[in-house]
Amino acid sequence: MSDLLGYLITGLGIGAGFALVASGLVAIHRVTRVVNFAQGGFAVLAALLTSTLLSAGLPHGVAELGGVALGALAGLVVGVVAIGRPGTSPGTALIVTLGLGVLAYAIEVLIWGDQPRSFPGVPGVAEIGGARIPAHYLLIIAVTAVVFALMAWFFARTDLGRALTACASNRYAAQVVGIDVRRMGLLAFTIGGALGGLAGVLTTPVQQVTFDSDVTLIVNGFAAAVLGGLTRPAIALAGGLLLGVTQTVVAGYGGGAYQTEVALVLMLTVMIVQAARTGPVPEMAQ
Amino acid sequence: MTGAVDIGNLTVRYAGATALDDVSLSVAENEMTALIGANGAGKSTLVKALAGLVRPSSGTISVHGRLAHVPEGREMFPDMTVDDNLRLGGWRTRKRNTTPVYDLLPDLAAIRSRKAGSLSGGQQQMVAIGRALMADPDVLVIDELSLGLAPMIVTALVDHLRTLHATRELAVLLIEQNARLALDLCQHAYVLESGRIALHGPAATLARDPRVTAAYLGGHVTVTP
Repeated sequence: MSDLLGYLITGLGIGAGFALVASGLVAIHRVTRVVNFAQGGFAVLAALLTSTLLSAGLPHGVAELGGVALGALAGLVVGVVAIGRPGTSPGTALIVTLGLGVLAYAIEVLIWGDQPRSFPGVPGVAEIGGARIPAHYLLIIAVTAVVFALMAWFFARTDLGRALTACASNRYAAQVVGIDVRRMGLLAFTIGGALGGLAGVLTTPVQQVTFDSDVTLIVNGFAAAVLGGLTRPAIALAGGLLLGVTQTVVAGYGGGAYQTEVALVLMLTVMIVQAARTGPVPEMAQ
Repeated sequence: MTGAVDIGNLTVRYAGATALDDVSLSVAENEMTALIGANGAGKSTLVKALAGLVRPSSGTISVHGRLAHVPEGREMFPDMTVDDNLRLGGWRTRKRNTTPVYDLLPDLAAIRSRKAGSLSGGQQQMVAIGRALMADPDVLVIDELSLGLAPMIVTALVDHLRTLHATRELAVLLIEQNARLALDLCQHAYVLESGRIALHGPAATLARDPRVTAAYLGGHVTVTP
């Protein structure tokens, strides 16, 4: 029983990372209709920079903030290249993000090499219901909860958040009231970059990062985001947590070799059932 | 050329097709001007050019003061409340106080917490007008006020519009397919046909013009003046 509780809590920690990547995808897609395949790269870049900053002697907190800031900056740069030119279609922008993700591999290998990196997180072990949980997982869960609460407040209660939501809701009406939808798109990319970066700096102490770690993150993050139609952050959060828990439980009881496959089959089943009930995601149907 | 809006020799082309061809039009300050025409005449293109949403190929657009736009089809933010829809209307002016709009359009106050997507067409049109008023405009451009609405609702909206016009110094450009309504409501009018201004003059004069009566005044809603 304590084993299961342990898997559930560590799974929530892993899933929180997927959920942050997914929420970044959702934040960008809602406003720009672009599926950003460079999203996992923001996490990798942020994690690699954080490891360098910590090695250089910067304290924890500052180094992680630096990593998240790099993620946000990378998000802005990807946004400028992908949607900066007026009239770029979401399909074209998607290909651009894919290309930039591959370019990021070259830059990361050039600067950080191709060996796995990690850095220490919160030390110690917490005992919950008889299960011994590395304390860093609890930090991941707590930070993710706070970030999602802040995002809900930001999008519903602030003028800038409402303007972003307005662009997601009715792009033409947003233009009519004078909102610069392209600028809002760039802001969404920046927020997406910061969320991806946060996922990277939070999960690297429990999962080593290499230049191609973005594949796992984007596959799981995308699966979680699609569950909510790429538009609903709350369902992306639930999807990310479900994926994380399933993978950890499968790895704990059945073996780590199948954890990703089992989780993705589960997610595929959920999506097929959902599509049969409500129809496909509109942009996917085009 | 001293109106609230002056458009001079405006031409707009989409991929080679000419939507507006050498259009000149003026909206006087504190007056209501109608632009009537059939579907595809170029009315909505003119509104989009005025609102800066399409780039003209040539010509000039001069707006004296702030312009706000009530778009065709209302264009709500459907998952947001009426209050949030109104607040977004003040985005350009950074004005967020919705009370003056509720004072002008009291019917909106009762539905301020409802999602805009759940409202009737008439209520949405009222929200669209309120949202435009949040920009504190000197010129209000209304694209198809009556489109898809029951005659009774249109009459109520027109009453609101008359009250607004009487209480604020506001120039109004009303783009309408319902020519009878537009000519009854406005002081001046233009007739747009195939992207060109075919006729213009005082609305009362145009309402008696045989070319207008033959082409546009058959069986439309009549609004009591």
